[in-house]
Amino acid sequence: MTTSAIELENVVKEYLSHGEVVQAVKGVSLDIAEGEFFSLLGPSGCGKTTTMRMIAGFEAPSKGLVKLHGQDVTNVPPNKRDVNMVFQSYALFPHMSVWDNVAFGLKQRKTPQDEIKRRVGEMLEIVDLTGREKRRPREMSGGQQQRVALARALVNRPRALLLDEPLGALDLKLRQAMQIELKRIQREVGITFVYVTHDQNEALTMSDRIAVMNDGLVEQLAGPREIYERPATAFVAGFIGTSNLLAGSATGGELKIGGGRVLVPGHEGDVRVTVRPEKITIGTEEPSNGLSAVRGTVAEVVYLGTYNSYAVSLADGADATERSEGANQTQHGNRDDRAAARGGTIITVFQQNALDAMATAERGDSVWLSWQAQHSYVIGS
Amino acid sequence: MSARTRLGDKLLHAYTWLVIVWLSSPIAVMILFGFNDKKSKSNTTWQGFTLRWYTELFDISDLTVALRNSLVIAAVSTIITVVIGTMLGLALGRHRFRGKGVTNFLVFAAISTPELVMGASLLSLFVSGNVPRDANTIIISHVLFSLSFVVVTVRARVVTLDPSLEEAARDLGATAWGTFRQVTLPSIMPGVLAGAMLSFALSIDDYVVTSFVNGSTVTFPLWIVGAVKTGIPPQVNVMGTLIFGIGVLIAIGNAVAARRRT
Repeated sequence: MTTSAIELENVVKEYLSHGEVVQAVKGVSLDIAEGEFFSLLGPSGCGKTTTMRMIAGFEAPSKGLVKLHGQDVTNVPPNKRDVNMVFQSYALFPHMSVWDNVAFGLKQRKTPQDEIKRRVGEMLEIVDLTGREKRRPREMSGGQQQRVALARALVNRPRALLLDEPLGALDLKLRQAMQIELKRIQREVGITFVYVTHDQNEALTMSDRIAVMNDGLVEQLAGPREIYERPATAFVAGFIGTSNLLAGSATGGELKIGGGRVLVPGHEGDVRVTVRPEKITIGTEEPSNGLSAVRGTVAEVVYLGTYNSYAVSLADGADATERSEGANQTQHGNRDDRAAARGGTIITVFQQNALDAMATAERGDSVWLSWQAQHSYVIGS
Repeated sequence: MSARTRLGDKLLHAYTWLVIVWLSSPIAVMILFGFNDKKSKSNTTWQGFTLRWYTELFDISDLTVALRNSLVIAAVSTIITVVIGTMLGLALGRHRFRGKGVTNFLVFAAISTPELVMGASLLSLFVSGNVPRDANTIIISHVLFSLSFVVVTVRARVVTLDPSLEEAARDLGATAWGTFRQVTLPSIMPGVLAGAMLSFALSIDDYVVTSFVNGSTVTFPLWIVGAVKTGIPPQVNVMGTLIFGIGVLIAIGNAVAARRRT
């Protein structure tokens, strides 16, 4: 992890749309290390695909530099860049067999016949498609086409592989299997993977590092654990998983909220705090002093198999509190809106079903919510 | 209800056969009279079966020259038309550029212009430009009126083409030309071939435009029209039968290839 495979220096991409300049990418700097599994994660329109296309060479940056292994390739066409891409639509050549698809890149490089034969054979073995060389792409399943696309890119031994939402067209089961498969292949070939996705689970499962993008900018760049546990911004907190956002004015390292307190040691004045639903304990007794604790009423209980999800309406419904804007991906989404309309605050709590003793707070119960001080984070804007 | 449906089915069947017979009867007559053992000047009444006209196919030297002229002109103009038309179709189907609207309009205009108007205006163009009328002016004119058909068939194919196919080829190291040759062209080939066939068919039986710009060059259709007064020899029927037969073979081949493709 010492050499840089890909560097972006302050890359900007502007489009002219109806006579107006639109910035798709507003200044992104990345340093992707050799052999890394790096994800660009964000909602559609955040600039992640444009960023990837600038690395591949399909788009020229309006400003900034693209470097591959220290070499400036900003103005180098895609066929002269030592990276290969797996397209969202796979873009397999429909008039060619699987074999000819995979051999395409090597043929362009005038690789000797016997070497093409050997490398294509090896690669088809890695992606488990030996025996299907003569098939046409349309005769194969989505998962198989996906692996042909992967083999076609990897057989060229690129310095980096770019993947643009490659699993988007697959069903859930296949997608999960392919995630593990991709990780295995990456370990086996040792090539840098740059992975574009809007699926947070995919990014968390596979990546060494993730750049969370929003509106043309990188909001946070860190490992999956840190992204999840310590979101840098409200956007990241909301986009990755479910999270509760509390805001208010802190005095003496405490935020008075919901008939209780949120511990924010070392912070004074206006703060915003996130806490993940699974870190919160739900109970009827007032918790001990060392914990953050708030009071509320159970507004809804949703049974989700491995865990229960509670929507707890906070005691005071003060205007000092609000929900993270991205968090309405949760099961309580609709009720959040209703609560928000009433001016109340809903806190989402996940509780594992293994804890049968306390698992059944009922709708309408008055409860205490508590969590350890290190599980809530003061975030930036 | 079902009785009505059955009656409707029968009517539809009868109507369908009627249309088929109606469409193919001139062709049947043409083929039949190629075997007519005619004794008189005109070849309009059936006088017995013979294969004479097949063995004496090339005995009328003027007619043979005319047929050869037509085949050469059709082949050359088709090649030129396909090359230019494919490029135009690609540009119109894929890219945005200044003058695209005008080009699209001209393509449509060339299809909808009456042949008489086109022939007359081409003649005055060649005369005023002092261009001698011969096979070359015929080829130029045929390219002009077939071009739009190739553009339309290629353009229809191009718009359904996934642009990431070409990006994938570039990404895998292919040059611009390599991408066109290995990926773009094979993908749009059905459109190109359809355009080529249309172009060939339009050229080989064109009379109106050709009659304005031919100079002293005689093509197959021109020769036939000229022979109407003296009686069309059965060799014309035989040549027509052969041209028709080749067309049928191409159509069958195309259908088979299409079935294999899907």
